[in-house]
Amino acid sequence: MSMTTVARPEETTFELVVGMEVHAQVLTQSKMFCRCATDYQGAPPNTRTCPVCLALPGALPVINRAAVEATIRTGLALNCRINETAVFARKNYTYPDLPKGYQISQYELPLCADGYLEIDLEDGSTKRVRIRRVHLEEDTGRSVHEGGYSYIDLNRAGVPLMEIVTEADIHSPEEAYAYLTRLRATLRALGVSSGDMEKGALRCEPNISVRTLEQKARGEYGVKVEVKNLNSFRSVRNAIAYEMERQIAILRAGGSVEQVNMGWDEERQCTVLQRGKEDAHDYRYFPEPDLPPLRIPREEVERLAATLPELPAAKRNRYEQAWGLRRTEANILSGEAAVARFFEEAVAAYGESDGKPQRLATWMTGELFRLLYADGEGQDLRQIASIKIRPTQFAALLKLVDDKVINPNTGKKVLEIMYVTGEDPQVIVEREGLAMVSDVSAIDEAIAAIFAANPTELARYRAGEEKLFGFFMGQVMRATKGKADPAAAKERLLQLIRG
Amino acid sequence: MSKALYELTIHEALEGMRRKEFSAVELTRSLLERIEQVEDQVKAYLTVTADLALEQAAAADTRRRAGEEAPLLGIPMGIKDVLCTAGVRTTCGSRILENFIPPYTATAVQRLLDAGMVLLGKTNTDEFAMGSSTENSAYFPTRNPWALDRVPGGSSGGSAAAVAAQEAMAALGTDTGGSVRLPASYCGVVGLKPSYGRVSRYGLVAYGSSLDQIGVLAKDVRDAALVLTVMAGHDPHDSTSMPAPTPDYRAALTGDVRGLRIGLPEEYFIVGVQPEVEAAVRRAIDALVDLGAEVRPVSLPNTDQALPVYYLVATAEASANLARFDGVRYGYSAGADSILENYRLSRGRGFGAEVKRRIMLGTYALSAGYYDAYYLKAQQVRTLIKQDFERAFEQVDVIASPVAPTTAFRLGEKTDDPLAMYLSDVFTITLNLAGMCGVSVPCGFDRQGLPIGLQIMGPHLGEEIVLRVAHAYEQATDWRRRQAPLSIEA
Ligand SMILES: [Zn+2]
Repeated sequence: MSMTTVARPEETTFELVVGMEVHAQVLTQSKMFCRCATDYQGAPPNTRTCPVCLALPGALPVINRAAVEATIRTGLALNCRINETAVFARKNYTYPDLPKGYQISQYELPLCADGYLEIDLEDGSTKRVRIRRVHLEEDTGRSVHEGGYSYIDLNRAGVPLMEIVTEADIHSPEEAYAYLTRLRATLRALGVSSGDMEKGALRCEPNISVRTLEQKARGEYGVKVEVKNLNSFRSVRNAIAYEMERQIAILRAGGSVEQVNMGWDEERQCTVLQRGKEDAHDYRYFPEPDLPPLRIPREEVERLAATLPELPAAKRNRYEQAWGLRRTEANILSGEAAVARFFEEAVAAYGESDGKPQRLATWMTGELFRLLYADGEGQDLRQIASIKIRPTQFAALLKLVDDKVINPNTGKKVLEIMYVTGEDPQVIVEREGLAMVSDVSAIDEAIAAIFAANPTELARYRAGEEKLFGFFMGQVMRATKGKADPAAAKERLLQLIRG
Repeated sequence: MSKALYELTIHEALEGMRRKEFSAVELTRSLLERIEQVEDQVKAYLTVTADLALEQAAAADTRRRAGEEAPLLGIPMGIKDVLCTAGVRTTCGSRILENFIPPYTATAVQRLLDAGMVLLGKTNTDEFAMGSSTENSAYFPTRNPWALDRVPGGSSGGSAAAVAAQEAMAALGTDTGGSVRLPASYCGVVGLKPSYGRVSRYGLVAYGSSLDQIGVLAKDVRDAALVLTVMAGHDPHDSTSMPAPTPDYRAALTGDVRGLRIGLPEEYFIVGVQPEVEAAVRRAIDALVDLGAEVRPVSLPNTDQALPVYYLVATAEASANLARFDGVRYGYSAGADSILENYRLSRGRGFGAEVKRRIMLGTYALSAGYYDAYYLKAQQVRTLIKQDFERAFEQVDVIASPVAPTTAFRLGEKTDDPLAMYLSDVFTITLNLAGMCGVSVPCGFDRQGLPIGLQIMGPHLGEEIVLRVAHAYEQATDWRRRQAPLSIEA
């Protein structure tokens, strides 16, 4: 045991540095370079193929305009420069599910470059994550391993993929999570990608390194490790946290981090070595001779810019500033286009004054989302687009509560019925006899019966045991099947209980 | 004395069928009989589709009887075996595609079929069009009909020999570095290489994608112009095909070259050119002057860079283009236990030596650390070569030169010396690098009776002018009337 006093590595402070590569499948009818359909999910193997995506000898690629437009719109939403000339390039590597032996991608001159995406930090401030480039490429096929054999399904080969690459601007697992959340919301708002990570439509590959503050001061970086095989935002966050700890532990022990590719083991919640540096590919990029450079006229970019919808960040700000929403609800409601649409239509029917949007937001994120989450396929808020309740009906329900036709607890019950049947709330209230009882004589009648049935409790209350008031209040609500106006019931009870 | 049907040009045959002197079936039978007679000596075809040809000929006769007049109705032709033909084996002269039957047809071939062409078969080629003698075919070499111990040139040697031996009325070839013009010159037929982008490459099995172009081998310029007219024009399946409208190229064949400026590039009349070749080409130019053309010296100073540039660009593109032959989806597969072993064995056995040499060369040129020095530099020099031509075409209408430094060499003479073989293309590859057009037209014979070709080069989309000059020259001379001296067994 020594009591050394020199600066010890275990006391060194490290900064996490993460750059993110995201691949997003572009929502188009046909593939990137042929006319085959992109609806490969669930399709019998190799039924969405043609000479081009099977890489038959002599077949040639033709650029899908819709995919180019979607990528330019994404670039514009991410504040990128749109290059006037974009070039496709061949990325050469050998793999059975890569039929041409090269992937048509972009190398020099991508479609979009030098942008940023603003994210929210936990302390309420915002931060810009710089976007290095957004380019377009084609997806590979899939290998299926079964019974000791490997099969190739080329239905996915040639589906358009956008690659969105950030600068190394992310410094915590939470920032990575926030970046991905905002990016996916943006892609969905644009309608350019489903963003479904579990279906493989969105894939994230973080480049993770750590550096000392001295390295930072000198503008140096640590050795990067790329992590693949991440299938949820949560696993991205966990993998970054794990890698950060792993790398720091290595450095503190006096070792050095190797530049490798790691995979994420979801079960064991750790990263495992996939490919060492010695296996690094030389992709031998060169311009794709089958596709002339793509000229993108300024007018075309302007035309596409005019088609951009209000993006999630702007929506969030509007909900806060114009409607007085709290940050939490504003973020949730602006993050998904379908949710925002429902909310805004409901506000239009309900009203913008007197804190109404916030009341609506509370009901939506609380009561309606609880029903949504309990229903269907997990926590996917996009299901709101297909529920039976219409935004106007939802607004009508809140008006019934405001007008004291029903009390809030009854409102929740009515909402549950609406969720199942899609009926108007008024219809349900009438049929089920749920209208609130504020008629004083009916309440008084109920109170008298309760006093008669509970003489002991009444005596104890009158002797000073005031906490029994809650008991009597509960009895009144039960006697009126929850329909009593709570304020009126309380007022009458207070008056009568004193005797 | 009347000609056999197989001896006719396309235009003569169309006229004969129009006059009902013979049918497409009779014409096709004549060609198939001719193939039967001489194919053992020439070996121009990898696949002869006799039954299909007779079916198509019968269909052509039906169309004609119904009053239809498609431009190639009932004309039997050969197609180089690097062009995909649905249902008909397409080998590219390679073992790796020995049993490959494409499910689709190349656009250029489809346009000829739609115009009534009868497919006689698929002609021999250097493996994946890589070669200058057709000796790199994995199956057998084709022989020059003028001297059976000599090569027909390459890589479209099968197509050129088939036309020269009258085993096809015309044939399609492909020209990446002279592969239509060189065999045309060696075999004494007309060879037309259109501008890059003039003819769709869809269905042409790629060698050097930025250089490849489908061309025509024909008995005379008029036939070549007709075939080009039918197959040229934009194709939505090929993004590099030009949207420019396609004229009827026959209309350009006016015979009038008065006042036309012909450029003579000093770089193409150099030591090493066989004296008889230079003499024949100079006589041909004199003949054009007699017809009223003017001659001017021009300079194409970067010509000596063309060969290295070509062998970097073409092989780099080829190294990627040939990656798809992996034994996974089609073609030869070794059936090894592991995927890596299967790649190694399928490609190792499936490809021949020259193909492997070019894949390695191209892979090297694109490798990290070498890309700038090789591939990128080559592309820069390619631009200079193109600018040489653009400057020259500001001063002249066409440029004339020999097609090749020599006449046809002997089989086996250069197979052990790739560099000597590459030099056969020294006067033709410049045009591919520049993306421009050219034609090889017969202009005489050397003392051994071997044909010599005159090359007329024109600017991008200048097919009309090169065809006009070639045609005027051809009509002023008698070379086209000579026939290869094949002995026919009774
Ligand atoms: Zn396809």
